[in-house]
Amino acid sequence: MLTVLLALTPATVFGWWLFGLPAILLFGVTVGACVVVEAVCLVLQGRSVQIGIADGSAILTGWLLAMSLPPWAPWWTGALGAVFAIALAKHAFGGLGQNVFNPAMVARVALLVSFPVVMTAWVSPQPLFSPGAPALGAALDITFGPGVPDAVTSATTLGHVKTELSRGIPVTQSVAEVPALRDLVFGLRGGSLGETSAIFVLAGGLLLLARRIISWHIPVAVLGSLFAMGTLFHAVNPARFADGSFHLLSGASFLGAFFIATDYVTSPVSKTGQLVFGIGCGVLAWVIRTFAGYPEGMAFAVLLMNALTPIIDQYTRPRLFGRSRDGAPLPLREDA
Amino acid sequence: MKLFPVRGGIHPDYRKSLSSNEAIVVMPMPRRLVLPLQQHIGAPAEVLVAAGEQVRKGQLLARGQGPVSAPLHAPTSGVIEAISQIPAPHPSGLPQTAIVLLPDGLDAWAPLPAPLADPFEAPPEAIREHVAQAGIVGMGGAAFPAAVKLGLGGQHRIDTLLINGAECEPYLTCDDRVMREHADDVVDGARLMARALDAPCVIIAIEANKPEAIDSISHAAAKFAEVQVVAVPVQYPMGSERHLVQAITGRETPARRLTADIGVVVHNPGTARAVHEAVRHGRPLTHRVVTVSGGAVRHPRNVDVALGTPVADLLAFCGGLTGMEEQLVQGGPMMGQPLPSLDVPVVKGTSGILALTAEEVAEQPASPCIRCGSCVSVCPCGLVPVELAAYIRKDRLEDAAKLGVQDCLSCGSCAWVCPSHIPLVQYFNYAKGRLNADAAVQRKNDRTRTLAEARTLRLEKAEAAKRAAAAVRQAAATANAATGDINA
Ligand code: SF4
Ligand code: SF4
Repeated sequence: MLTVLLALTPATVFGWWLFGLPAILLFGVTVGACVVVEAVCLVLQGRSVQIGIADGSAILTGWLLAMSLPPWAPWWTGALGAVFAIALAKHAFGGLGQNVFNPAMVARVALLVSFPVVMTAWVSPQPLFSPGAPALGAALDITFGPGVPDAVTSATTLGHVKTELSRGIPVTQSVAEVPALRDLVFGLRGGSLGETSAIFVLAGGLLLLARRIISWHIPVAVLGSLFAMGTLFHAVNPARFADGSFHLLSGASFLGAFFIATDYVTSPVSKTGQLVFGIGCGVLAWVIRTFAGYPEGMAFAVLLMNALTPIIDQYTRPRLFGRSRDGAPLPLREDA
Repeated sequence: MKLFPVRGGIHPDYRKSLSSNEAIVVMPMPRRLVLPLQQHIGAPAEVLVAAGEQVRKGQLLARGQGPVSAPLHAPTSGVIEAISQIPAPHPSGLPQTAIVLLPDGLDAWAPLPAPLADPFEAPPEAIREHVAQAGIVGMGGAAFPAAVKLGLGGQHRIDTLLINGAECEPYLTCDDRVMREHADDVVDGARLMARALDAPCVIIAIEANKPEAIDSISHAAAKFAEVQVVAVPVQYPMGSERHLVQAITGRETPARRLTADIGVVVHNPGTARAVHEAVRHGRPLTHRVVTVSGGAVRHPRNVDVALGTPVADLLAFCGGLTGMEEQLVQGGPMMGQPLPSLDVPVVKGTSGILALTAEEVAEQPASPCIRCGSCVSVCPCGLVPVELAAYIRKDRLEDAAKLGVQDCLSCGSCAWVCPSHIPLVQYFNYAKGRLNADAAVQRKNDRTRTLAEARTLRLEKAEAAKRAAAAVRQAAATANAATGDINA
């Protein structure tokens, strides 16, 4: 668990720098709230708070949730998100290991559906120590007080393309207006705290792979299928569909592929199952981004695939030694 | 030689260095030997001696009963003190009948059966007969009567005899030492067994982490074109018969079949050596090499010990315990069983006696399953341990059976990798035990029912026959009466 938190750190610190003090405050509130809600749930069930907190799962959930919120969102989104994630998505299902849906994604989607305006109030980057960055007083106002001054809101790249498309402006043109590829890779753009920087998220993901915390199956399947869908449809109609690399580099693609979809509890247990699951996430994310009302689809995609995990598990069991797929003993060789 | 990949498996901490450099030492005869009548899978042997009787080394004490059984011989000369109940050397600890022998210190041999003059000229049954008479059982731990396995050549076409020198369990080094120090005997025994099976080819598979054993066996085998030595990857449970056969031949043994069904018979190097002793010298199986090891044993070593030696004496011979022992195990730490007591004796299937410290046991409290899937990746049988455990926890044994819990090897790989320290194998052993017991009851009920049905049928038939007879008599009487009438 520590390794996962460590892997998230570069992207997080970058997000803190990019979005300044309000983002740091919101991050603190969200993680803290998750730990508190976890403790309360454990106490109510008469379970050991110490052991329950020490497993780090509540911190991780809070962290991932914070990374997927608009960085200047008010404090109560983090607090309410913690209740959705920990109390409803996790403990209502029986606690660690029992939940069907990824808690952080449940919280994100619940907030997005309930408070669409607040949850899509993106700001353009205001790096720490830069002239425009809010000072402590202004930051406290943003997080705990009246909120974000209208002037600084902006759209995410996915959101921008989507809006333009709805106004009849072809993707080819709107993509040209979004930040340059270099800025997408490094994450110098509007977006949630932790998903803007593809390269830092990727670095964390590679650490997880190297330490064998996760295997390659889910990330490769998610990113591969998302890229494939993008490339394929872009080839068919470039004016209507953004290309593969655009899909990979915008939104929560990398965060979702390495940190969200790979959640042990809510993904299939066999490697084959993980491939199926990952491909499902990638394809669904593309479908939602392209056809549904929401610009970003990763969270919805992961939740939908979570629901399918038990079925995927059932159909992707390994073949038993000495038996055929249907469980019957293998036939003897003719010449034996 | 090209090897075939085997699914799953793990790389446990080997800990073999504790005893691998200790040459086999012969333990002096203890004060008393305790010889259980059942030291093999199958029917217990039938006692031939009585308390007070004087016996000599190698004398037959109990003879095999039924098709799957093995006789028992005196490991030394002495007096039978008693034939009594002792705690059996397996975890149930259920009492078992044993012959107690008080050695007289003379070690005087009884007359031995004549060795086979030229076993490669004699018919294969002659070798099998010698192996059967010598009471040899599989010495890797399974203790299946060796002669029965050598008889499989009669019913199957065996193309390969595989000697399983993988010894993949951590700590155990007795096969390693036997192969290093008695390579010629092992190779000769293997060739004799191949002859008994009419198998044209012998493959001796040794894990790559035993270079000395590979060297000495290769050297001993060099003279024989039909014997090949193969280094197999260091991977637990490579010593599982079916998986080793798959690695070497690429053939997968169908479920519920023997490897003999696909043309391969597997034996252990210790067994091969015992076969050599029996066929070439007429000596029955009375001793075996046991690895005594673990962090709580003062002098870990490999000991050539008389069968029947109490574990307490064996441990004392190894310098005794340090007092830090947390768990006593017989066999290896992965698949071995806890020792019920120090009074139990060494038997034919005892490959190791381990005294493990708390640190080595490293038992940690279980936490909830996080569905990490590690157990699924490592299971060499393709089972889904996480799912099985969930069913067993809910007492849904039928569902666990449908998912193949009975195919589980109990290798312990899944529990070993589980980050939540869930004792998965214990779940599976419990389920297998319950399912087997239920199946036994079911079989018994079925049998009772068939018998009852047969009886009803028989009674009905008898009744019908009686009625038929009565009818015939009646008819005859009527006819008689009629004819009587005429005659009268
Ligand atoms: S103990 Fe059974 S279920 Fe576990 S890995 Fe071994 S064979 Fe598979
Ligand atoms: S290894 Fe343990 S924690 Fe992981 S899935 Fe299997 S049982 Fe669950």
